Amino acid sequence: MKRRDFLKGCMICGAASSLGISKKAWGSGSFEGYPEGMGVLVDLTRCIGCRSCEAACNKEQQLPEPKVPFDDQSVFEEKRRPSEEAYTVVNRYEQKGGPVYRKIQCNHCNEPACLTSCFVNAYTKTKEGAVIYNSKVCVGCRNCMIACPFNVPGYSYSSATNPVVKKCILCYDTRLKYGKPPACVEICPQEVLTFGYRKDLIKIGHERIRETPDKYVDHIYGEKEVGGTGWLYLSSVPFDKVGFDNTLGNEPIISNVKEFLGTVPMVLTIWPALFTGFHLLSTRKKGHGDDHGHDAHSKSEQEDAKK
Amino acid sequence: MYAMKNWLIGGILMLALSAVPPVCQGMNMPDSITLDSLVQLYDKVKFDHAKHINLIKDCAVCHHHTTGTLVEDPNCVRCHKNSSETKIVACKGCHSAQPFSAETLREKRQGTKLYHQDKPGLKGAYHLNCMGCHTKMGGPTGCLDCHKRNKAGDALYNSGKSAPKKAQGNAAGHGH
Repeated sequence: MKRRDFLKGCMICGAASSLGISKKAWGSGSFEGYPEGMGVLVDLTRCIGCRSCEAACNKEQQLPEPKVPFDDQSVFEEKRRPSEEAYTVVNRYEQKGGPVYRKIQCNHCNEPACLTSCFVNAYTKTKEGAVIYNSKVCVGCRNCMIACPFNVPGYSYSSATNPVVKKCILCYDTRLKYGKPPACVEICPQEVLTFGYRKDLIKIGHERIRETPDKYVDHIYGEKEVGGTGWLYLSSVPFDKVGFDNTLGNEPIISNVKEFLGTVPMVLTIWPALFTGFHLLSTRKKGHGDDHGHDAHSKSEQEDAKK
Repeated sequence: MYAMKNWLIGGILMLALSAVPPVCQGMNMPDSITLDSLVQLYDKVKFDHAKHINLIKDCAVCHHHTTGTLVEDPNCVRCHKNSSETKIVACKGCHSAQPFSAETLREKRQGTKLYHQDKPGLKGAYHLNCMGCHTKMGGPTGCLDCHKRNKAGDALYNSGKSAPKKAQGNAAGHGH
């Protein structure tokens, strides 16, 4: 076998392997969520903006006293986002048919980007569907805040010595673990929030759309977005009109890095063998003659180095 | 045994009596119904049944097909075209106070033949019914229009007597 043929073969094999294997095959494949995972179906058409969910969350999670009472509607004058002091907030959007209220909290993704981005492994996706985190190991790097496609994690900026990330944990510690619905769900007077098995909620959502097609946009936000989320949304107005990001796509955020991460083992295992092979081939050639040419070459190299 | 039977019959009768409006049935009806499922946060609500009957006349506006005129909603007509009136007409007869408990969810999952999988809980049924109509008819829609909050309620909402003190300071400070 000629050296040129060998190199050609290597090139072709390399190209074929990088093209032939699909993106997903590099990683662990897509994860559809735990079969017994719980979720919450949010029906925006029912919400009246009473902020009871905010109040219940505040007490359940023992968060600091709010700046204004929870029945004060003046907070709707600006668009808020979850923070260390409030794991859930409701925003108001003025629409043609009247105001539409939208509750924001962690969506508890099937494949959480926060979990992927965390290098100390603080995050866990529990079998009940909650995305929880261990604040004891959190180093406060805020990678998860950047990774989250929904801008959810808050940060305890108020703590000078040990700032950590803070977010909704679906009341895992106090309620979900014991088979109880989250505090926000339980307090909601209008049953905007329906708690149940995520798989059942998707069926219920589609059934509501089918029964009253004039009432809803024919889409459940979160059914497929970024690989599916535990919180699912029904709306009477297009989702981008009420603060939802319609541009996220259906691929989990981890897919953006799976391909790259998949090449890491290849670099670590195949490359050493490959280049050792090259080295051995080239040194074997040395032994077989043409010493003169090699010497001349190395001489010129030495001269180059001197320069 | 007898005592239990009597108790049961009495209970059913009471339920039936407490919920069937006279305008619809020609029976004696409660003019006022006390709703007490939210007593932890609010005082009991005295629902003026008589006033609503006089205002709306048709029981079926609030009570599904179970009493008054037969159902007209095409979705319901598919099955309930000929459904007769039922004995239980009170909301809590069908709408569970704990719609999301582990047991309820498990039962729902097992009863796959049950059509009404998406039945709201008691609180949801009340509010969706009342608020939906009040919004349409221009009735009162504020929480405190119907509910008088108690001490625990004030504490939950950080309102009334439990209003944040900082807020008052801030409000005063804004002027400067």
